[in-house]
Amino acid sequence: MADKSERRNRPALSLHVPEPDARPGDEPDFSRIEIPAAGSVPRPDVAAAPAETHPLCFTLVRVLDDDSNAVGPWDPRLDPETLRRILRDMMMVRTFDDRMYRAQRQGKTSFYMKSTGEEAVAVGAAHALDREDMCFPTYRQQGLLVARDYPLVDMMCQVYSNRGDKLKGRQLPIMYSDRARGFFTISGNLATQYPQAVGWAMASAIKGDSRIASAWIGEGSSAEGDFHSAMTFAGVYRAPVILNLVNNQWAISSFAGIAGGENTTFAARAVGYGIAGLRVDGNDPLAVYSATLWAADRARSNLGPTLIELFTYRKEGHSTSDDPSAYRPQGAGDKWPLGDPIERLKRHLVNLGEWDDARHDALQEDLSKEVRAAQKEAEKQGVLVASTIDFPQDVTSMFEDVYKTMPWHLKEQQAQMVAELEAKRK
Amino acid sequence: MTAMNMIEALNSAHDVMMERDDNVVVMGEDVGYFGGVFRVTAGLQKKYGRSRVFDAPISEGGIMGVAIGMAVYGLRPVAEIQFADYIYPGFDQIVSEAARIRYRTAGEWYVPMVIRSPYGGGIFGGQTHSQSPEALFAHIAGMKTVIPSNPYDAKGLLISAIEDDDPVVFFEPKRIYNGPFDGFFDRPVTPWAQHAMADVPEGHYTVPIGKAAIAREGSELTVLAYGTMVHVAIATAEANGIDAEVVDLRTIVPVDIETIEESVKKTGRCVVVHEATRTAGFGAELSALVQERCFYHLEAPVQRAAGWDTPYPHSLEWAYFPGPIRLGTAFRKALED
Repeated sequence: MADKSERRNRPALSLHVPEPDARPGDEPDFSRIEIPAAGSVPRPDVAAAPAETHPLCFTLVRVLDDDSNAVGPWDPRLDPETLRRILRDMMMVRTFDDRMYRAQRQGKTSFYMKSTGEEAVAVGAAHALDREDMCFPTYRQQGLLVARDYPLVDMMCQVYSNRGDKLKGRQLPIMYSDRARGFFTISGNLATQYPQAVGWAMASAIKGDSRIASAWIGEGSSAEGDFHSAMTFAGVYRAPVILNLVNNQWAISSFAGIAGGENTTFAARAVGYGIAGLRVDGNDPLAVYSATLWAADRARSNLGPTLIELFTYRKEGHSTSDDPSAYRPQGAGDKWPLGDPIERLKRHLVNLGEWDDARHDALQEDLSKEVRAAQKEAEKQGVLVASTIDFPQDVTSMFEDVYKTMPWHLKEQQAQMVAELEAKRK
Repeated sequence: MTAMNMIEALNSAHDVMMERDDNVVVMGEDVGYFGGVFRVTAGLQKKYGRSRVFDAPISEGGIMGVAIGMAVYGLRPVAEIQFADYIYPGFDQIVSEAARIRYRTAGEWYVPMVIRSPYGGGIFGGQTHSQSPEALFAHIAGMKTVIPSNPYDAKGLLISAIEDDDPVVFFEPKRIYNGPFDGFFDRPVTPWAQHAMADVPEGHYTVPIGKAAIAREGSELTVLAYGTMVHVAIATAEANGIDAEVVDLRTIVPVDIETIEESVKKTGRCVVVHEATRTAGFGAELSALVQERCFYHLEAPVQRAAGWDTPYPHSLEWAYFPGPIRLGTAFRKALED
C-alpha cells in the first residue's frame, strides 16, 4: 500500500465497475436505449469518405417501422420472393436451434448454442453477400449455413460428433466448417477469425480476385487484441472486408458495459481507425441486408472495410451450459424494444399482401417436419455417447491431419493408443 | 556456387521462391522498402512489388492472424517477426489457429505459412532481443520448428519451409548471420566466406525438414545441438581434444530420432546443449528420448549444458551464454562418469 501521509488532502480514488441497469428480481429496463425512427438515418453514397459515415455510428439504421412497413433511404426494395426466402431461413434457424437444444437436453450431445432473436444478423447478411464471398463467423452465425443451403443432416452430424461428422468428432458441437460454402472453421478462441478475415481479404486483393470477406465478432470479444489488430490492418491496407460486430448485449454473464460499451457505441470504434462505420438495428432483417450490401459494394470497389455494429439481444442463454436467470431479469428478451426479427418480417410481408397467417403456419409445419426428418436421418449415424470406448470414428484418425504427413512420434503414439485400447477391451 | 553469409542465403531463398511461385508473399515490420532490420528481405520489394512484399504494423498478433487468413486463401505467406522475443502477442494465433486448422477441419483447410524470426543471444541484445523460445513451439502439436546453423542449410531449409503445407516456425540464430560464432567471444570472428557451408547454389534446392546432419564426426561422445550451439560444440570439442560427434538437429520438431539414436548408440555418451533456459528446454525432451531409446548403450548419465534459468542479462552476457567452459565441463562429466 502507498503511504498516504503526504497526500491526505486528496480524495481517495475509487474504482468504477460498470453494472447493468437491471439484475434478477428487477424489471427489465431498456429505457436508456435511444431508438431513432425507422427511415430517419441518411444513406451516404457507397463511395463516401469514411468520415461521412461516422455520424451513423451513433444512431441506428432502421428500415422496418413500428408497423413493419419499409421506409427511408435504406429500404433495399427486395422482391417478395427474396423476402419470403429470408423469412424462411430465419424460421429454419430457430426451428433447428429448438430441436438441437432439446437433443442436448435429452443427452444426445454435450453442448449447443442457439441464436434466438439474432437470426436476422446472419441470414440478412448471407442474402446480401455473393455466394462466393468468404465468411469468418462466430458460433452464433449458423444462419449463414442455412442460407447457403448446407444440409441440415450434415449440421446435425457435426453436433452429434457421430459417424457422419465430416470433422471426425474433433470439434465441439456447432463449430462447423464448410469450405464449399465459404464458411470458415469456427474457433473457440474468440476473435481470432477477425484478423484472419482481413488477411483473406488482403490476399484476394493481392491476387486481383473479386471476392470479399465478411467477419463476425461479439461485442464481448471485441475487447480482444485481435479486434484491434484486425481493424488496424483492415484500415491500413483498405482490405475488402466487412467487419460485423454483433452487439447482443451479453457475453455469458457480462453485459456490454464490461466490454467497453457504457460510454460509447461499438460502431464508434470505426472512427479511430478511419474506416467506414454503421450502426444497425440487428433485429431488422432489411436493415441488416441493406447495410451489408452497402459495405459489400464499397469493398468490391476498392474503397475499403466497413465496421457494422448489429444492435440486437441474446434472447436466451449463452449456451446449454448457461443459466441467464442467475444474472439478468427473467423474460428480458421479450421486452427488447427492437422486437423479434421473424415477427417483424412476417408482418411486413403481410402488409405487402404477400403473406398470411395460414401460409406462415403451413411453412412452420413444413420446416418442423424437415428438421425432424433430418434429425432422424442424422441419428441413424449415431449420437454422442460418453463413457464408452466404442467410438463412432475410427479411433486411429485422432492422429491424422495434425500434419499433412504423419511424423514418427505420432505414428508411435498411435500404435501405443491402439495397444492401450486392445488391452482395455480384453 | 557463391560464398554467401546467412543473410544472403536467406535472401536468396526468398528470391528463388518468389520467382517460382506467385503465391509467396512477404510481410513483417520493416521488411518492405528498407529490407528488414537484418537485411534478409533487401531488394525484394523493388523486384516483386509492394503487394507481395510489404511493411506490417507493429502488431505481431495481427501479422500472425493476417498471415493465416492469407494462407487459407491459398497464398504462401512468409511472415517475419523482427525478433523472436516479440513473438508472444502472436502466440494465440500460432497455437490455437495456425497449428490446428488442418486438424479441426479434417484437412478442409491448411496453413502453409512460414514464421521467420531471428533468435538467440550473443549480440548484447539484452533480455528483449536475445531469447531462444524454441521449446514453446516444439510443444505445439501441428507446428514444425526449424533452426539452421549455416548458410547452405538456411537457404535449403527455408525453401523447404515455404514449400511445406504445414505451418513452420523458422528461427534464425542471429549471432551467426555474418559468421560462425564458436563461443570464444574474446577471439576475432571468422566470416562465413571461409566456411565450407557458405558455398551456396544460386538456384533452387532443398534441405529436408526433419533430417539432422552430422556436423562433426566423432567416436567418444555425442553432442546434440542446433543453431549457434553447433559451432560452440565443435570448438569446445577441439579446444579440449575430445573426439565428439556433433549432431546438428536442424529441425527440432519433427526431430530426426534415427540419427540421434545411431550416434548415441555408437558413442555411448550424450550431451545436449542449447542457448535457451535449461528447465523444460528442448534439451529435456532430447535427454528423455535418449534415455528411453539408448539406455542400455549409455555409459554415463546424459548431460545438459544450457542457458541459466534467468532472463537474458545485458552486461553479463558472457556469464550467461553457454560457452566453451560450460560445454567443456559437461563433455568431461559425460566422459568421466
